[in-house]
Amino acid sequence: MTAMLLAAEEGASPLLPNVWEMLITFIGFLILLFIAIKFIAPAFEKVYRDRTEAIEGGLAKAKAAQAEAKAARDEYNQQLESARLEAQKIREEARTEGEKILADFKDRANVESARITENAHKAIEAERAAAVVSLRDEVGTLATQLASKIVGESLNDDARANRVVDRFLADLETEQGRTGAAR
Amino acid sequence: MNPALRIPAEFVAPSVEDAHLPPFFTVGTLEVGKHSLLILLSVVLIAGFFMYVVRRRALVPSKGQYLGEMGYGFVRNHLGRDIIGEKEFRPYVPLLFTFFFFILVNNLFGSIPVLQLPTFSHPGTAYVFAAVAYVVWVFVGIKRHGFGGFFVKMTMPPDVPKVLYIVLIPLEFLSNMIIRPVTHALRVFATMFAGHMAIMVAAGFTAYLATGVGGALGIGGSVFGVILGLFIYFLEVLIQILQAYIFTLLFAVYVQGSLQEGH
Repeated sequence: MTAMLLAAEEGASPLLPNVWEMLITFIGFLILLFIAIKFIAPAFEKVYRDRTEAIEGGLAKAKAAQAEAKAARDEYNQQLESARLEAQKIREEARTEGEKILADFKDRANVESARITENAHKAIEAERAAAVVSLRDEVGTLATQLASKIVGESLNDDARANRVVDRFLADLETEQGRTGAAR
Repeated sequence: MNPALRIPAEFVAPSVEDAHLPPFFTVGTLEVGKHSLLILLSVVLIAGFFMYVVRRRALVPSKGQYLGEMGYGFVRNHLGRDIIGEKEFRPYVPLLFTFFFFILVNNLFGSIPVLQLPTFSHPGTAYVFAAVAYVVWVFVGIKRHGFGGFFVKMTMPPDVPKVLYIVLIPLEFLSNMIIRPVTHALRVFATMFAGHMAIMVAAGFTAYLATGVGGALGIGGSVFGVILGLFIYFLEVLIQILQAYIFTLLFAVYVQGSLQEGH
């Protein structure tokens, strides 16, 4: 009885460890520590690292993109400026060219109009000459008829009449030849 | 033997025996009881939970992974980085993690119905943990400062008149090298043990009042017992979390003390 009580009291001491429980605890602790070292810590550290990298990488990428955009904009502005200059030059050239062409056309038109005017003058001259010739023929005939009516019988002498007409016609021919040469 | 299960004729306070149930089965001399199974269960729970939530290693965490990151990050940042220091805390994170969550889960077992046993209320578990912590921080200190350097560091505080060292060296040695690990173990053991006993007393008290005394007074008293038990229960949950934190925090402080230069 006393021994049992003693044993109970011994077992009852809360500070006395159970060796098996200590062993199990130690084993459990080692297993968990192993898993923590091998799997859990690396996994979480990787997540943290990846996240940091993603954020920092994103920032760097954004900065690079910004620089690139700025470069592109500068280049674009430069191109725009040169294009503007080019356009101005081309416009200037076009204007001079246009003015030249206009002047050219004006010249040509003037020449053409001069030529047309001259041709018209010549045509009129020719018409006039032709009219003069035909008038002369008719005037000659009419004058002869009139003269013969007036002079009557005296002019029936053929020799005399022929001489007068021939001389008259020769005069006309010389005049006609002159106008023809002028034409 | 559980006070809640028997119908007491008179009030019998629960004893230490009640916290040590007989083993379920034995293999040779190895006794496998509730305590051992809970230890192994905690390992499975912790490893399973953390490995499950972080299985995808997602940059944008799911709810589970977020919870896991909060737990891991708390130990890593507040117990590791903030105390041991930015430069050197990394190798100790798995150890801190194991200490904290092992103790936390095993303590909380005390507040989970059916399991209802904080494994650290058995002294052996606390001894093992304190011993591991002790070995680690002493080893780290000797490795960093050499045996002599570490001894000086632990026993001779600076800026003290030389004469005082006659008294201080034995005192500091006792304080740092002997009392420190003992209190490290006893702190978590005693709080868990006391909490467990307090709940058992409250439960036994309630059962005794309800069935042993009976009548209006007994029933009324047992209601009071239940309220008292609930109060102790929630206080106990708080203490269980706090003790896991304190044990790990102290270990981190000890390691930091071993690592730091000078005194």
